[in-house]
Amino acid sequence: MQGLKTTFAKLRPNVDFCALRVVETRGETLSVRQDVQEPLTRTVDRGAMVTVLHRGGYGYAATSRLTEAGLQAAIDEAKRWAELSRTRAVFDYSQLQMPEPNGAYRSPQVADAPQWHRRELLDLLMAESRAAKVDDRIVDWGATVALLQTRQLYIGHAAAVQGATGVEQAFHYVMPGASVTAFGNGDSQTRSLGGQYNGYCRQGGMEIVQAAGLIGAGRRVAEEALELLHAPNCPTGQMDLLLLPEQMMLQLHESIGHPLELDRILGDERNYAGTSFVTPEMFGAYRYGSDLLNVAYDPTVANEFASYGWDDDGSPAQKHLLIQDGILQRPLGGAISQARAGLPGVANARACSWNRPPIDRMANLNIEPGDATLAEMIASVEHGVLMDTNVSWSIDDSRNKFQFGCERGVRIENGKLAGVVKNPNYRGISATFWRALKRVGNASTSHTMGTPFCGKGEPNQVIRVGHASPACLFANIDVFGGES
Amino acid sequence: MQHAFFQLADLIDANLLPGERYTAWLAGETSDFVRFNHARVRQAGRVEQAYLTLRLVAENKQVAVTLGLTQHAPADHVAVLAELVALRGQLGDVAADPHLLLSDDCHVASRVALNPQLDAAAIVAVVTERAAAYDLVGILACGAIANGFASSTGSRLWSETSSFNLDWSLYAHGDKAVKSSYAGTTWDEVLFAQKLASAVAQLALLQLPAKTLAPGGYRAYFSPVALESLLSMLNWGGFSEKQLQVKRSPLLKLQDGEVALSPLVSLTEDNASGLAPAFQAEGFLKPGQVALVQHGKLTGSLISPRTAKEYGLTANADGEETTQSLHMAPGDLPEADVLKRLGTGLYVGNLWYLNFSDRMNARVTGMTRFATFWVENGEIVAPLNVMRFDDSLFRLLGEHLEALTVERALLVDADTYGSRHTASSLLPGALVGRVELVL
Repeated sequence: MQGLKTTFAKLRPNVDFCALRVVETRGETLSVRQDVQEPLTRTVDRGAMVTVLHRGGYGYAATSRLTEAGLQAAIDEAKRWAELSRTRAVFDYSQLQMPEPNGAYRSPQVADAPQWHRRELLDLLMAESRAAKVDDRIVDWGATVALLQTRQLYIGHAAAVQGATGVEQAFHYVMPGASVTAFGNGDSQTRSLGGQYNGYCRQGGMEIVQAAGLIGAGRRVAEEALELLHAPNCPTGQMDLLLLPEQMMLQLHESIGHPLELDRILGDERNYAGTSFVTPEMFGAYRYGSDLLNVAYDPTVANEFASYGWDDDGSPAQKHLLIQDGILQRPLGGAISQARAGLPGVANARACSWNRPPIDRMANLNIEPGDATLAEMIASVEHGVLMDTNVSWSIDDSRNKFQFGCERGVRIENGKLAGVVKNPNYRGISATFWRALKRVGNASTSHTMGTPFCGKGEPNQVIRVGHASPACLFANIDVFGGES
Repeated sequence: MQHAFFQLADLIDANLLPGERYTAWLAGETSDFVRFNHARVRQAGRVEQAYLTLRLVAENKQVAVTLGLTQHAPADHVAVLAELVALRGQLGDVAADPHLLLSDDCHVASRVALNPQLDAAAIVAVVTERAAAYDLVGILACGAIANGFASSTGSRLWSETSSFNLDWSLYAHGDKAVKSSYAGTTWDEVLFAQKLASAVAQLALLQLPAKTLAPGGYRAYFSPVALESLLSMLNWGGFSEKQLQVKRSPLLKLQDGEVALSPLVSLTEDNASGLAPAFQAEGFLKPGQVALVQHGKLTGSLISPRTAKEYGLTANADGEETTQSLHMAPGDLPEADVLKRLGTGLYVGNLWYLNFSDRMNARVTGMTRFATFWVENGEIVAPLNVMRFDDSLFRLLGEHLEALTVERALLVDADTYGSRHTASSLLPGALVGRVELVL
């Protein structure tokens, strides 16, 4: 990265503000399906985005040609777009004072070269795969682990000229997963480790493989898939709903995370990802949930998937409560959105890679633990259902009317677990759902999870987000099952 | 870019060891992306990217790397040769692959249709000026997209086209908006003006007091765009041969004959008229057409080379086993008669955020979005507040399907995840006797 800083410093953008963001990634995915290794795939990528703010306009250019000529061409192109858009811009970017930070961040507990022992990992995945074939009704099964190493540099041109270090960040992501499908009597049921989209993804080293529960998951997940095959459908009606972390992360993501994104509130996403039922005047006063609800944007949690030191516009990241005692406090908006909206925000202007511009994203969004044990919450339910592990998600473009489905449910009757049910679903409205929160689990019920696949933006971006949540209990929710 | 890619292929050929094979897939683009909000520019810029996926095969083992290219030949040659060595070393870590299937054929073809006249800046000027009085929001993606394939059999295939896709909506107020799009290879300001005028005309309808429906069953007309959302759920493993084999396809009951769709439903993967490349990453040329559903019966599936090898079938699709050019046979309902035939019910312009609520019964939930109206006695009387539906595709496209329109719309995929997508579909609108609204 030092060579790039030197090269960048030599160039003469002649603009109000110019920044360089370099992203290098190396990734590898190992998978075994039905006791056969899937093809080994690796990715190697390196490129840069130059951002220019000039005379009130904003332009960017992304290139993988990181030579002096390549970067100069990118500066010229970004400047051209800033000039072209300045009289048509939705915001006068000359009002912005962009940060020019210095510092470093590194994922915890990893060296430059993580212990990626390919053959041992393939052996582990094969063992989990073989353990999953417990019955002839198991028709598909597999296990996977992926590694992604990312190095990033962010530096403003003025800082580079002065010999500043800029911000260098190094991330190591580990993404384990396992999934098993059972089929019988015309029905098919799939059970997974943390969802079918690597819910136990985290930053760190190979310890994540064990911490996520991959070791031993093959047989456990298979047995649960078989159990679902013979379970009755989830009952229908209004009842208490106890959500475990593998579903809470999705509930939090869709009906708190996205509606609090400031660019949605400002209307940028209305053509694609949608708008929000949240409006600017709600911050500081709106009751989002019961007074048990405390939600934090927290990029400082060790090992969580979207922890970082600075966002991709150079703002320093620190924890903020977005919802405190049920009252909405601040949105998820980066420096540019904050200036446009006149609201405080957080450091969450993020891009999926060098070839997409930063937009407001969730990063780590967590529910703060409460004081109830899981046993206490179950004991408090007279008639209800426990649901775990998201399998279906749908919500309107204002992030209000939602319907979610889980892989596995368990009926609760008179304070006791009363049998597994299949195809558990529930629906509600964000604006009222969180007010029905009546117990929040303590730290012993909490899991640190995330997803590598949060989609949003034009042009589209898939980005990594983290979610930690305890189990939570909701009152009087509309619950139902599959086709009879 | 074509010359540079074929040079890289020649370099790989020259550095293979005895007993080794390779395939190389290139995906590149030079794209101008311009976001609009309130008919003004939010973010504008250019992305130049090119990725080479190099697969090395020896002793029936395979390993692959996707490498970002600099598009500077000397640097790329060094990087590719280094990756070739790295791949060779990794072959020792993996087992033989019983499902490996690559084309043994040698295909050479090139299709280049570049339009240097396409100018994103000029389009931006037109859009911001003509829409200045309106609340337009959306994205312009404009520029050249290239795909190439090369292999040790001597295959050299190339496809490179210039295109634009302006995907936009006009907002009336709140969440009430008209969705539109304009995609092509040659920009026509007059055509854009016509589309804008058509959207503006609908804005007046969105200013009417909105109606909120109670949950229940309603007659409905799904525009081609809304129907595309419903049919897109069949790309979640529906037509995938692998998913049919492992009992995860939502069309399993259709395959087993337990249910049937309406005889009006005929669906074809029409590669011959699609916008996507006619070749795929294992070196096979795609068949011109694959009949998937004929008169309501499942008659085909999409089979990747890997699935073909695993189950002893013939490959006909990409590795993802999803449609790239889905065509639906038209019906006999003139578009002009849609409201009259609908009578009283919903005119659904767009759907949003669909997912399975019961995959094995093809039961899907989702939301209405954008211009969706309440119709009484053949007349639009109010825009609808968004409603959630939850219903089975087996019913919506089965016993409840009353008619398909004569006219069909060509819909071009506006997705830009990772790269600009090239899928498309040609679909009619659909009139159904009942759709279940739940929230």
